[in-house]
This record gives sequence, structure tokens and C-alpha cells, in this order.
Amino acid sequence: MTFCDTSTQLADDRDERAGGGIRRAERLGRVERGPDGRGHCRLSVPGISCGKCIGAVERALSDCEGVVAARANLTLRQVAITLRDPETDPAPAIERLGAQGYPATLIDLAAPGDAQADDAARFLLRCLAVAGFGATNVMLLSVSVWAGAEGAARDVFHAVSALIAVPVVAYAGRPFFASALTALRGGRLNMDVPISLAVLLATAISLVETAMRGPHVYFDAAVVLLFFLLVGRYLDQLMRAKARSAVTSLARLASRGAMRERPDGTDVYLALDDIRPDMVLRIAPGERIPVDGCIVGGATDLDRSLVTGEHAPVPAGPGVALEAGILNLTGAIRMRVLRPAGDSFLAEVARMLEAAEQGRGAYVRIADRAARLYAPVVHLLAALTFVGWVVATGEWYPSLFIAISALIITCPCALGLAVPVVHVAAAGRLFRQGIMMKDGSGLERLATIDCVVFDKTGTVTTGTPVVTGGGPDAAEGLAVAAALATRSLHPASRAIAALADGPPVPVDDLRETPGCGIEGVVEGRRARLGRPDWVAEIATGGQRSGSAGPAFALEGGPLKTFTLSETLRDGAAEAVAALRAAGMQVELLSGDSAGAVEAVARKIPFDHVRHGATPADKIAHLKALQAEGRRALMVGDGLNDAAALAAAHVSMAPGSASDAGRMAADFVFTREAMGAVTDARRIARRAARQVRQNFGIAIAYNCIAIPLAVAGYVTPLVAAIAMSGSSIVVVANSIRPERRAPGAAPAMRSAPA
Amino acid sequence: MSVLALLIPTSIGLGLVGLAAFLWSMRNGQYEDLDGSAERVLLDDEDRPLPTRDEDRR
Repeated sequence: MTFCDTSTQLADDRDERAGGGIRRAERLGRVERGPDGRGHCRLSVPGISCGKCIGAVERALSDCEGVVAARANLTLRQVAITLRDPETDPAPAIERLGAQGYPATLIDLAAPGDAQADDAARFLLRCLAVAGFGATNVMLLSVSVWAGAEGAARDVFHAVSALIAVPVVAYAGRPFFASALTALRGGRLNMDVPISLAVLLATAISLVETAMRGPHVYFDAAVVLLFFLLVGRYLDQLMRAKARSAVTSLARLASRGAMRERPDGTDVYLALDDIRPDMVLRIAPGERIPVDGCIVGGATDLDRSLVTGEHAPVPAGPGVALEAGILNLTGAIRMRVLRPAGDSFLAEVARMLEAAEQGRGAYVRIADRAARLYAPVVHLLAALTFVGWVVATGEWYPSLFIAISALIITCPCALGLAVPVVHVAAAGRLFRQGIMMKDGSGLERLATIDCVVFDKTGTVTTGTPVVTGGGPDAAEGLAVAAALATRSLHPASRAIAALADGPPVPVDDLRETPGCGIEGVVEGRRARLGRPDWVAEIATGGQRSGSAGPAFALEGGPLKTFTLSETLRDGAAEAVAALRAAGMQVELLSGDSAGAVEAVARKIPFDHVRHGATPADKIAHLKALQAEGRRALMVGDGLNDAAALAAAHVSMAPGSASDAGRMAADFVFTREAMGAVTDARRIARRAARQVRQNFGIAIAYNCIAIPLAVAGYVTPLVAAIAMSGSSIVVVANSIRPERRAPGAAPAMRSAPA
Repeated sequence: MSVLALLIPTSIGLGLVGLAAFLWSMRNGQYEDLDGSAERVLLDDEDRPLPTRDEDRR
């Protein structure tokens, strides 16, 4: 099947792949049956960025075939769709959205991880609600006591407070108790250890005090403390949920199966895990190779960029080995499976990634570093206070009460809020700049970088070629060339197709010859677009330039060659210049050939340029930088960069990156311009500064509070005022707006749709 | 003092009503799309409520 009639095949293929690049069988697998008997599915629609989009998306779907109801979610940039029944194919809805300018992909609801995180978020919110209820009611009673309630009335207030506070602490404190317990079991100290201890001891001593009809109880402190800390915890969770939804929904684009050709010639769709060696798979043009194998039939061009980093297509025929992740561009092929999915090249990369990530595990979050210092100091201080008072007065109960007061007032309420509130604010700023952040640890690491390593293809350059010269002019059949090009998935064809203006030219008898090009008949004349020597067969005269660019000719007409070149990403030169001006060492580390790398290096001045680097070379280079004591930011996109992204001190990937690249990176920027790198660094550094300020505030507060507490002057009223006061100052410092730096990019509400 | 026997249960009862209302609104899916809800107020179209979590779940 060297020559196959691709026009009908392309049409079948389009229908099969209408749902955002995944097959019908898989699409239906992602539709769930609701209790109402209808089908439910979710689409990831990154283009939903404002209120107008909500209306546009819902209106577009309201009269779409098979759709009963659609509801857009602006926060997660998703659309929840109710289908007539679970057997309805959501493809028309996906196509309708695509036609409206909102590319959509179907989310796999069964993917692990999401449901747990959702449950965790809801659990935190419930805890927050319970703590809020407890805090307001206990505080009301406490204010009455502070206002001067005495005797029996005070005892009643205390008893009622205890009735509310004990169940509230038991319920809302669980996130902290669980985390503290895990840390202690592992022989570590985290912030949750002093928090849990303070809350539990405060509740316990207050219960004793209530029973003994004493004057001071700390129920309000315990509950309000939990409430404040849960606010911080919930904000943190919310931020991560947002980033996760943005990043992982992209990852689910990948098809997780392939068409198997049975020995009797019929086809069946198999999930990735069910593919076994020696099976024969059919790979249509535009599909990725699911597992390692070799071609047994057909000819095509392959995009091996995931493996080599190079986008130039390679012609391939029977006998050629295929690695999982390679993109099949032009021809339908049959392949024999060599290894199951678990042993494929992709899986190998995943293992390299895991190994590289473990190397980075040495980084300790700033809050945990603070806790390591803070917790022993506070606990020691409380113990010394107790011993000191026992020695001085000889009475153990008042001494214990004072010691616990010290523990409560020094409890890291402000410290617990110091980091998450800053990070939430920074994540919001990054999000408005089109940058997704995975977690706060990446933000802390980004603030400390002193070296930046860029990958070339897809990162510094956009990875898609553009026509920069040559080719036919309008009279010589530019429209015909563009019309031919629209029918091919070859990257060069896409660049040529982009030149078309005006209505499409009708083409008859369209054939694509894998490895050669595409041909068709227009107004009775045969036209070819593809490899120069193949096109020259029908041409007469015309220039044959030395470049490897594609050629076009009408039958009997002159041969015209296109010149293609890579385009630099917007703002790449400015970003590199800005980073160098800030004293960073900026490097280009590419797997591409010397010529292509030098062409880019001529336009952008890097400190250091290296070409022909394999994935292992990249990791070795980053390890070497680390050994020199440098903290490197890796910016890359490909599968060949994924392990390097994980090995670097901190990493960023463009939204167009491979799944593995996006999963490995700490930050993903969805806007086109490279300015995202400098913006992210600026925001991260500001966040780090604010965290340090917050720690400063918390320490200053403790310098005043601790002597008072040790001296025994702290009453529950003083504790309540001091704790709320310091928390409010810390929160206010974290969310204060940024003073506009000169030359800083204006904040965008979101990327234009 | 006997007024306290009335006032304290009343205040706690009101608090519990608030808590219950919050938990209901959460279960109802009103915290699923905070940004969207802010924008939807400004839309002229007929607006249907979000399908609830339970309906939406597998």
C-alpha cells in the first residue's frame, strides 16, 4: 500500500479522531452514566477565560446534537456536559466548541489522584466550617467572661464553651493531628507538631480549669487557632487544585490505546495495558506510536522529536524500529509490537524521571526548616518555664498553667500562615500572567536560581517551521500549493497551508505518497508538493536550490522550492538578556544538530551553547552544575528533556510541551512569550522576600510575647489579642499589592481567547 | 440569670443553623466555581443551577 487513496481514508480518520485526538471507543469510555440515566462527561476547555466565554460556550452547546445541558466552570476551565444517554458520543460537542474557537479535550474522570484531592479539599472546607462555627460561639462566651462575668455565670459559660470546643477540636483538628503523627513516626518535626501540642494541651488544661471552677480557660485560643490555620491550609489546597486542573487536564490528551489488527483481518481497539508483543497494530497518520515495535507494512514520515528533540520528519518504511511516543505524520502503517507498554522507551524515560526526582528530594521547604528550629526552642522554653516556676513557687498546678500559656501564645499561628498566604497570593499573580505553579516548594526554589538552562526546539524556538521565502507566487499556484498542504499533517505542509488566503481551491484525485509528498489534480493539471526530486518528475525547469525545503510544481510548470526556518519564541532574546543582566549564567542545551543550534545562538547571545546532547547528557550536565553548587532553572519541553527537568533545581515547561515534560516541570506557562520566565522569577523572588518579612514579624511578636508568658502575665484575653493581631499583620503583609516595578509587564487578566 | 438559659441555646442554635446551611451549600456544589459565579451575575441569559456533586459523580 505504497499508494493509497488517502482522501477517503482522511475522512474516516477525521471522524475517528474528532474528539480532540482520541478514538471513539475511548471517548465513550470517558462518558459516565448518571443516576438520572443520562451520560455525563467533562471537557477541559483552556480557552474559557472570562464571563463572556461562559455565555458563548453554553450557548454554543445548548442546541448541539445529543447535549441535554452544559455548564461551564470558569475556575477550573472545564465544561460539565449532560448527554442524552451514556452511549452518546460527545464528539459533536467537542467539534462545536472547536469551531467557536474553544479547543476542548475530554477528561478521563476515572484517572486516579483527582478524586482523592477533591475529597481532601472538601474535608478541609468542612473542618474550616466547623472551626468557624466553634470559634464564633466560643468567642462570644469568652467575651462575656472578659466583660466581667463572675461566679456561677462564669462557670456556666466555661462549661458551655467546653461543650462546643471539645467536639470542634476533635473534628477540625484532625488534618493537623494526622500530619503531626506522620512526622513524629518518621522521627521528624514539622509545624503541625507544636500546633497539635498547643491545641491539645490548651483544651486539656481548660477542661481541668473548668472542672475546678478556675478563672482562666483557653477554649477560645484553641478553636480560633485551628480556624486561622485551616484558612491557610484551605487556601493552599485551593491553589494546588487550580494548578493541577490546568496541568493534568492537558496530560490526558494522550491516547491510551491502539487499533489491533486481528489475524483474521478485523480490527479491535485495545487499551495500552492489553497490548502484547507480536501483535500487529494499525497506526493512522497523526497518531503517536503507543509501544516500541517495528514497521511491517506501509511507508510514512516520522516525527521523532520526542526522542531526539529534532522536529525534521524522517521517512520510514518496513523494518524501521519505532519507539513509543514517536508521531506518525503522513502514511498509515502496520507495526509489530516488540515490547509491552511497561518496557517501552516511554516507560524507560518515566523511570529516569523518577530517579532524577529523588535526587531533588533533598530540598526542605522553608516552613519545615523553620519548624526544625522553632519547635524544639518553644518546647524547651515551655519546659524551662514550668521547672522555673515550680522551683520558685513550689506549686505545680499554677506552674503548669503558666507553661501551657507560654506554649499557646508562642504557637506558630502567624508562622503557619506566613508561607501559605504568600504562596497563594503569588500563585494568583502567576496565574494572571499565564503561568501555572504546581506547589509552593517550586516557588521557593525558583527564587534562589543563579543559572538558567534552555532547551532549543519548542522552548527558545516555537518548534513549528514557518515559510520565510521561496515557493510559487500567487500566479504560479500558491493557492494550489496551500490547498494540497491543508490535506497533510507534515509540519512543512502546515507552514505552507498557513500561507493560504481566499477560498480553498478544489482538488481532485488527492494522493499522499509517504516519504515523498502529496499530489492532486487542479483544473485538469497535476500538481505536486513534497520532496524536490519527486516533484521535479513533473516539472520543467525552475530553480533547484540546495536547501532541503519542500518543492511545489504544476505539471509542466517550473519547480519552486520553499525556504523554511524555525521561529524564535516571542521575547526569547529579551528574556535571555534580562536574565544575563540579573547576573545569571544562561545556557542553551539542545539535542539538535550543530547548524540548527548555531543559527539560534547567532540571534540570541547565550553564555554557553551545546548541541547534540542526549537526555542522559542533559541530566549529567545539570548534575555537574549542581555539584558546582549552582542552582539551575531548566526550561524545556520535550520528552527528551523530561528527566532533565526533574533533575534541575527547578524547572519550567511551555504549555505546548510533551505530557512528560509538563508533568516533570514545576511551572507550566501557557502564554506564548518567553517573558514568562523572567516574570515567574520576579514573582518568586518577591514571594520569598515576603515570607522572610513574615517570619520577621512572627519572631518580633514572639520576642514580646514570650517574656510576658514566661513571667506569667498572659491571660486568655492577652493571648487572643496577641494571636489575632500577629496573624492579621502577617496576612495583610502577604496580600498587599505589588508596587509596579519600572518596565514590568502589566498584569493580564488572562490570556485572550 | 434565667435569661441565659434561653439566650445561650438560642445563639448556639443559630450557629448550628448557619453551619448546616454552609454544609448544604457545599454539598450543593456552590463552591465548585467561585470565579464563574462572580461573572454569571452579569450574564443576561437564563441561568440553571450547577448539577449537584452527587448527580455528577460516578
